[in-house]
Amino acid sequence: MLRRPRLFLSDLIFRMGTGAFALVLVLIVMGIGVVLWQESHLAIQKFGFAFWRTSQWNPVMGEFGAFPFIWGTLYSSILALFIAGPIAIGIAIFLSELCPLRLRQPLVFLTELLAAIPSIVYGLWGVFVLIPIVRSLQTSLPDWIRAIPAFSGPPVGVSMLSAGLILAIMVIPFSSAVAREVLKSVPASQREAAYALGSTRWEATRAALHYGRAGIIGALMLGFGRALGETMAVTMVIGNTPKALASVFAPQHTMAAVIANEFVEASDQLHADALVEIGLVLFVITLLVNIGSRMLIWNMTRQRSGSRRPAAATPAASVPGAA
Amino acid sequence: MMKILNGRGARGAATAALVVALGAGVLAQTTLINGAGATFPYVIYSKWFSEYNKLHPEVQINYQSQGSGFGIQQIQKQTVFFGATDGPMTADQMLAAPGKILHFPTVLGAVVPIYNIPGVTASLKFTGPVLADIFLGKITKWNDAKLTGLNPGIALPNTDITIARRSDGSGTTYIFVDYLAKVSPEWKTRVGVANSVNWPVGLGAPGNAGVSGLVKQTPGAIGYVELIYAIQNQISYGTVQNLAGEYVAASVESVTAAAAAAAGKMPPDFRVSITNAEGKGVYPISSFTWLLVYENPKDKPTAKVFVEFMKWMLGDGQKFAAQLGYAPLPPQVVQLELAAIAKIKLQ
Repeated sequence: MLRRPRLFLSDLIFRMGTGAFALVLVLIVMGIGVVLWQESHLAIQKFGFAFWRTSQWNPVMGEFGAFPFIWGTLYSSILALFIAGPIAIGIAIFLSELCPLRLRQPLVFLTELLAAIPSIVYGLWGVFVLIPIVRSLQTSLPDWIRAIPAFSGPPVGVSMLSAGLILAIMVIPFSSAVAREVLKSVPASQREAAYALGSTRWEATRAALHYGRAGIIGALMLGFGRALGETMAVTMVIGNTPKALASVFAPQHTMAAVIANEFVEASDQLHADALVEIGLVLFVITLLVNIGSRMLIWNMTRQRSGSRRPAAATPAASVPGAA
Repeated sequence: MMKILNGRGARGAATAALVVALGAGVLAQTTLINGAGATFPYVIYSKWFSEYNKLHPEVQINYQSQGSGFGIQQIQKQTVFFGATDGPMTADQMLAAPGKILHFPTVLGAVVPIYNIPGVTASLKFTGPVLADIFLGKITKWNDAKLTGLNPGIALPNTDITIARRSDGSGTTYIFVDYLAKVSPEWKTRVGVANSVNWPVGLGAPGNAGVSGLVKQTPGAIGYVELIYAIQNQISYGTVQNLAGEYVAASVESVTAAAAAAAGKMPPDFRVSITNAEGKGVYPISSFTWLLVYENPKDKPTAKVFVEFMKWMLGDGQKFAAQLGYAPLPPQVVQLELAAIAKIKLQ
């Protein structure tokens, strides 16, 4: 009789304590948003919504427009998504469906190792290995292809394609790890049913993919979110030229890269505020992408009975600068 | 202190406690001075601070090299005792500070053009206007008549010029574009002078290492890096024509010559650009780097200690400059600065 209320009290404290920690997380995210808003008020007042669509970036004249950076960030991340997507899903299928048990652990370890390499190391690799490859790829293309706007540009190797490739390599471990968890969470009964109906292995895998499609999309979106915020590796290979161009061989710029490059030496308050506003734009876009991907995964896990919780094993969505 | 402790350890706990207490007394008198700013002079500043600490163990100077802009901001906010910058503070920046800030040149540096032209190993000659036209995107081929005219006897190929420049805001960029603006009216009106500018053409790479890496890897590329960086990494660089008409390679001597040439016309606050300086043997893309100190510092005890350090820096400290790739200050400038240091209010 005496023990029950004491237990109840400790439970309450436990719940409130952990609840407070969870609340801190919410407050931090809100705090970041508020601070970014406050610290960029000069730029917000001066440029308003024109900031999102104008292309001038001239610190000397005090003209700032974010469009080339928004373009570059979305372009490089989408490019990375298209390159990394099929590969990540392929890795996930192989590891969860086809891989011999002896090989599985080493391969999982290797993909996770890719995620652990610091981005500056990827950047160095990009400078010394990837850029010359992209340059020779570009010079080997026939002239009529290089006349197409999507493939035009000087043969320097430093380009949107280099950025997309390096980002793809960096997000593959994230996307494939989550996609593997999603495939693992597909109930065995699904595959058994497919085999019972006379399916081949390929058809059974397709059924499993179809069953987990929302989660697979969520896995890709997590990778996309990480690509949006990646800074160091991208700035080393993209050419840092604020011009929104369609060509994959054109040097361009991204939001995270311009902040990292110019903030420390911002020439005046307006320049600094404009850079913080770019941070705000990036924060909003990253938040939307991550919320979207989370909702997709939750949606999928809620469809099944609560016996297994695959989403709990997913790595945290990335925040710009976390790498 | 360890030696004292070891020597007297046998005498018992009471003596040891006394020594510890004495030690704490010495520690309390240690002066810790914080500074922040330019990355370019970081190597010599850290050398100076550690050498000075050997001479005066009670003085410890911390320096955060996070960029000139950072140094200016921190001294304005008075979160550090001294700042450091590669470009003098603007009038607006001076007004934004709560008190009058003094500039003190410490050493000199230079910026050199580096290039990668397949089949060319000779040192190329440049003039200011030609460099400006290259970086404006008006000269696009290495065999342009303006370049071949300057470099007779060197077979320049029909290769496209690729511009490599800093993507990060940098004092190096400031020195380089400050020079281009002086020799090219079009550069002055179209691009201007700042730590980061709106480049008409070219690829951005972070840091001296990024720019030199890009130049090394890209056939037909031209870029600019600090002299120390080119020397330490054995990158060959071009000569630049000065106002006297000579083609001068950057070196410790030619950079100091630029400062000596400017010494005669030195403004009392030392905020002077010495790019495109007059005189013989002068390398034209040279610059001072400055320490920033309040004329009337709030923390008087620290100010007294720091003034002593500055006197040492202008005297014995200058000996370390050349071996680290910086050009030492000419004696005339040192004399002017010693007079200016006396103006710092220590009472």
